[in-house]
Amino acid sequence: MREFSFERAGDAGQAATLAAGDTGAKFIAGGTNLLDLMKLEIETPSRLIDVTGTGLDRIEQTDAGGLRIGAMVRNTDLAADDRIRRDYGVLTRALVAGASGQLRNMATSGGNLLQRTRCPYFYDTNMACNKRSPGAGCAALDSGGFTRPLGVIGISDHCIATHPSDMAVAMRLLDAQVETLDAAGNSRSIPLEEFYLLPGDTPERETVLEPGEIITAVTLPAPIGGHQAYHKVRDRASYAFALVSVALVRQADGSGRVALGGVAPQPWRRAAADAELPNGAGAVMARLLDGARPTAQNAFKITLAERTLAAMLAEAEGN
Amino acid sequence: MDFNEPAGTNPADRGTVLGKSTPRIDGPLKTSGHAPYAYERHDVAEDQLAGYPVFSAIARGRITRIDSAAAEAAPGVVAVIRSTDMDVLGKHGMNVVPHFGGDEIRHYHQAVALVVAESFEAARAASGLVRVAYDAEGHADYDLSTHRDTAMARKAEPDQDVGDFAAAFAEAPVTLDETYTTPCQTHAMMEPHASIAQWDEEGRLTVWSSTQMVNWLVEGLCSAFDLDPDQVRVDSPFIGGGFGSKLFMRADSVLAALGARATGRPVKVALPRPAIANNTTHRARTIQRIRIGADRDGRITAIAHDGLSHTQPGGDGENSTAQTPFFYAGANRLITPRLVDLHLPEAHAMRAPGEASGLMALEIAMDEMAEKLGMDPVEFRILNDTQVDPGQPDRPFSDRNFVTCLRQGADRFGWADRNTTPGGRREGMWLIGHGMAGAYRGALTMNSGALVRLRPDGTAVVETDMTDIGTGSYTIIAQTAAEMLGLGVDQVEVRLGDSRYPVSSGSGGQFGAPSSTAGVYAACVKLREEIARRLGNVDAGSLDFADGRVTASGRSTSLAEIAADGEITAEDKVAFGEFQDDVLMATFAAHFVELAVHAGTGETRVRRMLAVCDAGRILNPLSARSQVIGGMVMGLGAALMEELAIDTGRGFFANHDLAGYEVPVHADIASQEVVFLDTLDPASTPLKAKGVGELGLCGIAAAVANAHYNATGLRIRDYPLTLDKVLEELPAI
Ligand SMILES: Cc1cc2nc3c(=O)[nH]c(=O)nc-3n(C[C@H](O)[C@H](O)[C@H](O)COP(=O)(O)OP(=O)(O)OC[C@H]3O[C@@H](n4cnc5c(N)ncnc54)[C@H](O)[C@@H]3O)c2cc1C
Ligand code: SF4
Repeated sequence: MREFSFERAGDAGQAATLAAGDTGAKFIAGGTNLLDLMKLEIETPSRLIDVTGTGLDRIEQTDAGGLRIGAMVRNTDLAADDRIRRDYGVLTRALVAGASGQLRNMATSGGNLLQRTRCPYFYDTNMACNKRSPGAGCAALDSGGFTRPLGVIGISDHCIATHPSDMAVAMRLLDAQVETLDAAGNSRSIPLEEFYLLPGDTPERETVLEPGEIITAVTLPAPIGGHQAYHKVRDRASYAFALVSVALVRQADGSGRVALGGVAPQPWRRAAADAELPNGAGAVMARLLDGARPTAQNAFKITLAERTLAAMLAEAEGN
Repeated sequence: MDFNEPAGTNPADRGTVLGKSTPRIDGPLKTSGHAPYAYERHDVAEDQLAGYPVFSAIARGRITRIDSAAAEAAPGVVAVIRSTDMDVLGKHGMNVVPHFGGDEIRHYHQAVALVVAESFEAARAASGLVRVAYDAEGHADYDLSTHRDTAMARKAEPDQDVGDFAAAFAEAPVTLDETYTTPCQTHAMMEPHASIAQWDEEGRLTVWSSTQMVNWLVEGLCSAFDLDPDQVRVDSPFIGGGFGSKLFMRADSVLAALGARATGRPVKVALPRPAIANNTTHRARTIQRIRIGADRDGRITAIAHDGLSHTQPGGDGENSTAQTPFFYAGANRLITPRLVDLHLPEAHAMRAPGEASGLMALEIAMDEMAEKLGMDPVEFRILNDTQVDPGQPDRPFSDRNFVTCLRQGADRFGWADRNTTPGGRREGMWLIGHGMAGAYRGALTMNSGALVRLRPDGTAVVETDMTDIGTGSYTIIAQTAAEMLGLGVDQVEVRLGDSRYPVSSGSGGQFGAPSSTAGVYAACVKLREEIARRLGNVDAGSLDFADGRVTASGRSTSLAEIAADGEITAEDKVAFGEFQDDVLMATFAAHFVELAVHAGTGETRVRRMLAVCDAGRILNPLSARSQVIGGMVMGLGAALMEELAIDTGRGFFANHDLAGYEVPVHADIASQEVVFLDTLDPASTPLKAKGVGELGLCGIAAAVANAHYNATGLRIRDYPLTLDKVLEELPAI
């Protein structure tokens, strides 16, 4: 770990001001991802700005009838919130499917959205990785590379890593918006759909956030009801990242929405696929995973996504 | 004490303390955080420095240059030690690849330098500044399956070629010929390899370490640093798991000693978790072809097991055929353990080496065979039980109660009530299956010494370099001494893991519990003889030890009185005689498993596990159970998830941390039941005990695999049984 300075910001504006113009500055919230990456020198900030004291830790009603979740709300608290459990059940289910109790006690809404990929080569600094060192190459894509956990769609020839968050998959399904603030005092509201970038030839750029821009909240639109479910599939029963996860909202008339985790560099959802929901899992996946380019090791994710959704729909119908 | 014939009745048979469930005497130390583990021994030496290794970025080739200038100039750095500055250091005879020195790279994450600094953080930061240039050797083939043609016979085990396998197999009316594979696995023990080293002015070396075999580490350090055994002290009182990974010297102790020599201060080194899978040893991958022929009644007439594994040149790999010469009857046998050189990291022992992998295959084959015969797999095994070495029928098993394990297990589990049509039972979205397997693990014994002190207050101290790797050695040794001296367990202090104590068996191969307690027994017998002498040369055999007193011909004396004039010590060692070669000593179990497979996703959830074990006298049922359930968890991991993923382009294990290499978590484990048969094996040790630490792991993976087949109707012969292997064939939803 390199030396760094550490400051505490009292509010979001101050945090953005402290970070402004300093390319070595990074916000730190729960620290559950950033600190691990700093120990391995994958992240090497020279300055940490602690944003946990910014007061952004409330869940409030919005005028539109939805909820505004402060960026500092801990994953545990978010999952346990009565309103979330009642009206956005898929979000609670996704949250508790992630990490462990201890980690969720620390992890924040903002930090969770910005957690980095779990590609094994990203973590091994002996290996070439375009995400870590732009232009270095991609060890995963080299012959003999271990690609079983990696992405099948939305990927590029420069990077096939996935975004590992469970929470983000549910938020994407719920049409969440990310609210931000910069040092000049400008705030933005970015639909989650537009928040994450695809890797293309710049896999090191993962979101549309500008340097120094801080996430202040995530807003959820008014509740949409329906049967809400999250099925996370992995090689063990708990405490592992998804091979594939499926978030589902299904209305009584058979319409609904589907988003996938574990398959792409961002939570994966397409309007055209949602529209196929009344026609079953096969029809949804034909649209949702159209254009997928899996490797031999991870081609099973295509079948897995479809079968997982099919099982969820069968269960939804049973209810 | 020479153990030259099967044990008769002796004081250890009383069973007042031995054989009783006894909580760990070191438990409070551990739960309160006071047990001293190697890396946190801040008090043993002043002015400790921290060392952080630099690991090779290539799997094969040469180091052309190590530029450490920037690291040396970094804040807090005291020294940088480079592999290229010295010749290859000596290793222990059991190690295959050297740990440090020279310019040759033989595997990924081999240690190439050590940065020593005032703090761990400073050392780690500076380690990133060391620049290493390599001349990498070109592409090699790291896929075991392409190497069968170049396979060699194993040094250690000759082929077993009995009768005429080919003819018998050709004639058999019912046959099976299948190939099974098991992957590379890593030990994944909790505590990383760690050592603190210090040299004194006379050039003597002390290493506080985490090792299963204290004496082997002493030997290894002597070889690395050209020392005599009396110049080396190793102290390893607590070990946070080893599973074979800490059997022999590893890079942590070598690097710590190098760092301490270079700086003149004590240096501590722990291997970082992401380096352990490639820097240390692993269980080798295996490809096993099994052929079984039987008559229509189910009697095996021919059995062949070809087990292929890999090693770095000079090693032994994994003998997956280990159990097959002995487990089941059959007159015609062909057992061929084979090995190829593969430049992956060093393959070596991992818990139940041989049988763990071998039974993963053999016990599926037995299940498949039973199905072909239309027999219950329990009955098929009972029919083919043997009480003698099938290849050498004049050699009997010392004590084999496998059939009892099978019968009791089937009864307790409700085996008769299971659905016998594969894929035939469904509960909602879950396919339910039941499976069973047999387990066999050899019962090795190793000579083992101990010293017993009777203190003037009438309490006792036991000293031996035996280790407690989480297994419960402290407690069974206290029980043994307590039984022999008529004391309570709380009146016996046990001191372990220090090379200044008598050399013991150490911990490995499930020989530790029977061997080390036999050594303590021997020392106690000697102490009893000394007490008999002091009581006026009475016959030691006539003494009765109870409640802190000894009674001789009606006269009772307290142990405190006997030792009133000063501590009495007795040291001895048990030496196991050749008569043990005339019998087969082994442990047995029957495993039963119920599980559910998700019909949509193929996820597997084990619901219930039962093991019935036959392992001689169970010294402490509480800690023995803990060993067996731990083994069952490990076997479940082997069945369902554990696999070191080989990057076949570069020749290393890519998922080299505990996020990538998945082992079972609590949510994977449902109900576990363990039953021990009440047996004694007089040929094994004076205490008639055998080990159980590895038995629990043996066979369990196959029981899971067989239950998985029963649930799904899909036979997977390639471990682990991850969902991607069944997905395409699962039923429609
Ligand atoms: C062992 C382990 C297992 C895990 N398993 C799972 C899992 O199964 N599923 C899953 O979804 N996740 C999992 N996680 C990841 C976990 O969810 C994330 O580490 C956590 O959500 C990150 O939140 P944090 O507040 O700790 O972020 P930090 O580590 O503090 O920060 C992460 C990033 O976000 C930035 N950041 C933080 N807050 C803000 C803000 N307000 N504005 C702008 N930038 C900000 C930081 O600069 C940093 O780049 C696991 C993590 C670990 C260590
Ligand atoms: S897939 Fe992406 S993260 Fe992984 S090695 Fe390639 S570039 Fe790096």
